[in-house]
Amino acid sequence: MAENDGQVDGEDDVVLAELNDADLVAQMHDDLYDGLADEIAEGTNILLQRDWEPYKVLTEALVEGMRIVGIDFRDGILFVPEVLQSANAMKAGMAILRPLLAESGAPRMGKIVIGTVKGDIHDIGKNLVGMMMEGAGFEVIDIGINNDVDAYLTALDEHQPDILGMSALLTTTMPYMKVVVEALKEKGIRNDYIVLVGGAPLNEEFADNVGADAYCRDAAISVEIAKEFMSKRQGSAAAVGMAAQ
Amino acid sequence: MNGPASILLIGCGALAREIIWAIEKNNWGHMELTCLPADLHNRPQHIPDAIRAKIRAAKATGKYSDIFAVYGDCGTGGLLDKVLEEEGVARIGGAHCYEFYAGSTVFEAMAEEELGSLYLTDYLVRFFDRLIIKGLGLDRFPHLRVDYFGHYKRVVYLSQKADNGLLEQAKAAARRLDLEFVHRPTGIGGIEMFLKSFPVRASEEGSERVLQEA
Repeated sequence: MAENDGQVDGEDDVVLAELNDADLVAQMHDDLYDGLADEIAEGTNILLQRDWEPYKVLTEALVEGMRIVGIDFRDGILFVPEVLQSANAMKAGMAILRPLLAESGAPRMGKIVIGTVKGDIHDIGKNLVGMMMEGAGFEVIDIGINNDVDAYLTALDEHQPDILGMSALLTTTMPYMKVVVEALKEKGIRNDYIVLVGGAPLNEEFADNVGADAYCRDAAISVEIAKEFMSKRQGSAAAVGMAAQ
Repeated sequence: MNGPASILLIGCGALAREIIWAIEKNNWGHMELTCLPADLHNRPQHIPDAIRAKIRAAKATGKYSDIFAVYGDCGTGGLLDKVLEEEGVARIGGAHCYEFYAGSTVFEAMAEEELGSLYLTDYLVRFFDRLIIKGLGLDRFPHLRVDYFGHYKRVVYLSQKADNGLLEQAKAAARRLDLEFVHRPTGIGGIEMFLKSFPVRASEEGSERVLQEA
């Protein structure tokens, strides 16, 4: 593009490749906020070409951008359609980074199996949580929608995660979370997993009642809670290890 | 009219037409209706406090011998019932209006038949563009249809009134979302049964406030 091309009014048409790193990252935060998938893919590629580590691109450009989106969603400034646009933009960046992250041995926070409960086909919230968890360095095993106890147990057995995440959008389906937790107790494996629950009609009291470890109000909070539990868990494991020595 | 209103119904705005229809049809002049905005359906976390405010304002007038809520749980996760219990107000049974229109047994059968059912009522058909298309941002981002409705298979139109115009609109709504279409006329029997139950239920059931009608 020729200099000043497309900048008739001196705004809007930013040439990403011409920005320095700091300005490019700030621009990517704006582009994530505005849900511009093509621009996020372009910005991601530019940073990689500048020899940024994939993990650094992920955390500083994408995750930080989505954190800002999450805050404005929580504060009622952004709504679900805008957040979905942002999420789709982040997906465009993640699609580029995912294979590189696997190759580069980026730090792993832990592993989560996540799915919507039986009778419920809603997965917008679950998908957002999965994406944010992945961005935060968790390995995410998404088992989809309408999961009965057997589906959860099979996934836990197969993947041996640290965390089980259950989601529900409907008042009528959310009680099923208790069925799953009770099944874990019956099998004597409840304490093998951190159980996190979320969904629009849920609240902390409900999470306590079904025997979950925590209620996750939104995707950003889910990541914070998951990290906190993982940190405690690792602390406990270290303590047990020290005591055994 | 049977005299001055002594029972206040607090309803969802999406049910206003049908509640008024039931009141007029049965000449229940002792009932008065006030509604909360129907678009709280998309923000159910605000429903419990909004209902509480309505109840307290109504109690403050000293005008009503009893107050009832014509509201489903509507995605409040039981918080609406908690508020109603605290305020001593009964509500129609059911998780949402689809359930008390269709009746619990029929509704459960429909859900079992096809989990991926998007239910529309007369109100939702009438305001489909505002509540569904604009409310979910599909007017600006049509590609989000897959995010919202990717797992849905069909629209089930639960009609309250026989109205060919609405029926055509409902079919058009299904086409717009690229879903199959099913029509199940329900009438307003569920609401009528609830309103008819007041004199007996209100005195007999005391603290058992949630009436299982649907």
